[in-house]
Amino acid sequence: MMSLFDILLSATFWAAAVRIASPLIFATMGELICERAGVLNLGIEGIMVIGAFSGWITVWAGAGLWEGVAVAMLSGMLFGLLHAVLVVPFGLSQHVVGLGITLLATSTSYFAYRLILPEVTSPPRIEPFAVWEVPLLSEIPLLGPALFAQTPLTYAAFAVAALTALVLWRTPLGLAVRAAGENPSAVDAQGLSVTGLRIGAVMVGSGLMAVGGAFLTLSAFSSFFFEMVNGRGWICIALVVFGAWRPGKAVLGALLFAAFDALQVRLQQTPVGQVVPYQLFLMAPYALSIAALVLMSRRAEVPAALMQPFNRGER
Amino acid sequence: MIDPVVLRLSGITKRFGSLLANAGISLSLHRGEVVALLGENGAGKTTLMNILFGHYVADEGTVEVFGQPLPPGHPRAALAAGVGMVHQHFTLADNLTVLENILLGTAPLWRLSLGRRAARARIEALSRDFGLAVHPDARVGTLSVGERQRVEILKALYRDARILILDEPTAVLTPQETEALFRTLKLAVAKGLSIIFISHKLHEVMGVADRCVVLRHGRVVGEVATAETDRHRLAALMVGEEIMPPAVAPPKPGPVLLRLDRVTTPSQGSATGLRGVSLDLRAGTITGLAGVSGNGQAALSDLVSGLVRPEEGRLELAGAEVVRWTPRTAVASGIARIPEDRHSTGTIADFTLTENAILEGYRSRFAKGGWMDWRAARAFADGIIATYDVRCPGPETRIRLLSGGNMQKLILGRVLEPGPRIILANQPVRGLDIGAITYVHSRLLKARDEGAAVILISEDLDEIMSLSDTVHVMSEGRLSPGFARGTMSQAELGLWMAGHGFADAA
Repeated sequence: MMSLFDILLSATFWAAAVRIASPLIFATMGELICERAGVLNLGIEGIMVIGAFSGWITVWAGAGLWEGVAVAMLSGMLFGLLHAVLVVPFGLSQHVVGLGITLLATSTSYFAYRLILPEVTSPPRIEPFAVWEVPLLSEIPLLGPALFAQTPLTYAAFAVAALTALVLWRTPLGLAVRAAGENPSAVDAQGLSVTGLRIGAVMVGSGLMAVGGAFLTLSAFSSFFFEMVNGRGWICIALVVFGAWRPGKAVLGALLFAAFDALQVRLQQTPVGQVVPYQLFLMAPYALSIAALVLMSRRAEVPAALMQPFNRGER
Repeated sequence: MIDPVVLRLSGITKRFGSLLANAGISLSLHRGEVVALLGENGAGKTTLMNILFGHYVADEGTVEVFGQPLPPGHPRAALAAGVGMVHQHFTLADNLTVLENILLGTAPLWRLSLGRRAARARIEALSRDFGLAVHPDARVGTLSVGERQRVEILKALYRDARILILDEPTAVLTPQETEALFRTLKLAVAKGLSIIFISHKLHEVMGVADRCVVLRHGRVVGEVATAETDRHRLAALMVGEEIMPPAVAPPKPGPVLLRLDRVTTPSQGSATGLRGVSLDLRAGTITGLAGVSGNGQAALSDLVSGLVRPEEGRLELAGAEVVRWTPRTAVASGIARIPEDRHSTGTIADFTLTENAILEGYRSRFAKGGWMDWRAARAFADGIIATYDVRCPGPETRIRLLSGGNMQKLILGRVLEPGPRIILANQPVRGLDIGAITYVHSRLLKARDEGAAVILISEDLDEIMSLSDTVHVMSEGRLSPGFARGTMSQAELGLWMAGHGFADAA
C-alpha cells in the first residue's frame, strides 16, 4: 500500500507519466501544426488508429520497427491529404470532414485487420521498441529513470516538439505557415500559395498524429486492439488549446495529463481506492484537464483564421 | 528630358462572361512620377490591378515592368520585378509582429533561419529614410490604422519595390496622417520611385499626383496633367456628366428629439466607449459626427440604436428620460438606422428583398393576429423598389445578388418609408459610387426638410461638411462642441480629430 507521497517520489511513476505523454506529444504537435495553418483536424482520432494499425501490421509482416513508424507516418499523411483537399481547396466544413475522416480511418483499420487476420481471436504480438538508457544521464536519481530510460520513440517525441517550435518561429517556412493561420490574404499578397501551405501543414501534422498512434502499438502495448486509441485524439485537441497553440506549453499539458493518468492507476491501489469506485479515478484526469483548460486558456490567442476557408477574391 | 517608362500596360482587355471589365486599357508610368488612377466603383480599377499582379489573366494586352514583359498569371512576377502594392484592406496578420509581417514571404521557404537581426536593422533604416516610424517588435494588432499602413509601405520597400501602388490609401486616415503619408510619398518619389495612387478623393489627387488617368466602364476616358485640370472636370470625367452637389436649404431647427446628457458607456474589447458625451439632436437638422473610425462612433451608434445603455448620464427622448432602452424600444420610438456595415448588420444575405424590407416592422406592420401578412410585405417591398429605384429582378430575389448601391437603396427605403423622427446614418455611402452617393445624400436632406433629426457618422470630412448643419468631432470617446455649418475648416476639424482642443486632453 502506497501513500500519495510515496507515489509522487517514485521513479516508476514519473517514467510512466513520460511514457503516457509520448503519443500525446506526437499527436498534439500534429494538431498544433494543422491549427497554426488555420485547419482544425478532427480526423486526429481516426488518423491515430490508422497509424497504430499500419505501423503494427508492417512490423508483424516482418519489417523493422522504424519501417513501421515510416509506414504509419505515410498512412497518416495520406488521410491528411484527403482531409486537406476537402477542406482547403474545396472549403468544406472542417468539422464534418474531420469527423468523417475519423470514421473512415477507424473503420478502414478494423476492416483491413479482419481482411489480413480473418480468424485470429487474440491479435498477435510483435517485439516492440526496447528501452534505451542514455548513458550517465539515466543514473541521475528520480529524473534519470523518468526521462532517460525510455524507448527511442519517446525521445523522438520530445525532439519533434522542439523541432516544431524551431521551425514555426525560426524559419521562413514556419512564419508562412503561421501567417496562413492568421491572415491568409497576407500570405496570398506575397505570392505564396495558401492552399499549398495549408495542405502541406495538414499532411505533416497528420503524419505526426499517425506516429502518435503507432507509439501505442510499437512502443507501449506491442499489439493492436480495437478501441485502443480510446479518445486520445480528442485529448490532444484539448491539449492544443490548453497550450495556447504553443509547443512548449502543449508538452507541459501532455505531461500534466499523463501524470494524472499515471496517478489515478496507482491511487486505485491505495486504501482509498478500495472504497471509492474505480470509475471515479478513471474520470479524474479528464475532469482535471477540463479544470486546467478553463484556467489556462482564457487569454490564449487563437489563430485568427482558424477554420476559415480561403478563397481569393471573396470578401 | 522625359524620364524613362518603368511600367507600361498596353491594350489590357478582360471579360467576365458578358461583362467587359477592362476594354483596351493602356497606361504608362514614368520614373519619379505619381499617377492617380480615378474611377467609380466598377470602373475596372481593381480588375486592372489584379491583372498587373497576376491574379487574373488578361484576355488581351501585355504588362511590361522596366521594359521586361511580365508572364501573365504569376502573382510573384510583379513583386519580383519591383512592384509593391498597398491594399485598401491591409493584408497584415494581427497576431504577428511588425517584423514578422514584413519578413513573410521575403526569404526562400526552405532557408533555415529567419535572419531577424539583419532584417530589424534594415527596417529601422527604411523607417528613417522614408519617415515611417513604427516599432519592429510591436504586434500589429496593437497598432493604429495609420501605423498599419506604414507597415504595409515598409513591406513593399523591404522588397525593393521601385513602383508603389496605393489603393485608396487615405480612406482610413486623419488629415494629419494623410499629410504624413504624402510626405513619405514625396520622399519616395525624390528617391526615384514611381507611384500609382488609386483614389476617390479628388482634392487629394490634385495635391499629390502629377497626372490623372480616369477610367469609366472599363475604358480610359481621360488622361490629363493635374496642373491642367480641376476637381469639377475630373468628377465630370469619372461620372460622364456634370454632377451637382445637392443644394442645401437653410435648416429649420425644431424641438430637441434626443438628448444625451454626459453619457458614458463601457468600452467593449478594443472598441472605445463614450466618455461624458452630451449631444442635442433637433428636429429638422443634420448633425454630423466626424472622426477617425474607432473613436467612439460605434459606441454612440450602439447607444442610439438601443444596443447599449448608458453607464452614467441620461438619455432623453423628446424630453423624457428613457427606461429599459433596447433596440425594440428604439425602433418603437421612431429611431431608424442605416447600419455601418450593410452586409453584416444591415441585411440578411440569403433572405429575399421582401424579407429584408420588413426586418424592422415584421411584428407590427406586417403581421395580423400572429400570422405574417406577406401580401402587405410584398406591396411594401414593391413600393421601395419603385420609389428608390432599386435595380433588381424582383422582390423575391435574394439580396445577396444585389450590388452595394442597390442594397443600400433598399435599406434607405426601409428606413425612410415609415417616416422616422430620428435617423441614424452610419457611413451611409461607404463603397457607393458618385451617382448613388448623390442620391442617398439628397434623400437624407429631404428627410431633414420634412422634420427628421439626422445623425450622420462618416470618416469622409467632405461628406460631413457638405451635409451637416452642425458638426461634432469624436476622439477617444469624447465629443467636441458643435460647430455650425461653415465655421470650421478641414484643417481645424483635423486637429480636433487628432485629439487637440478637448478639455480633458490626455
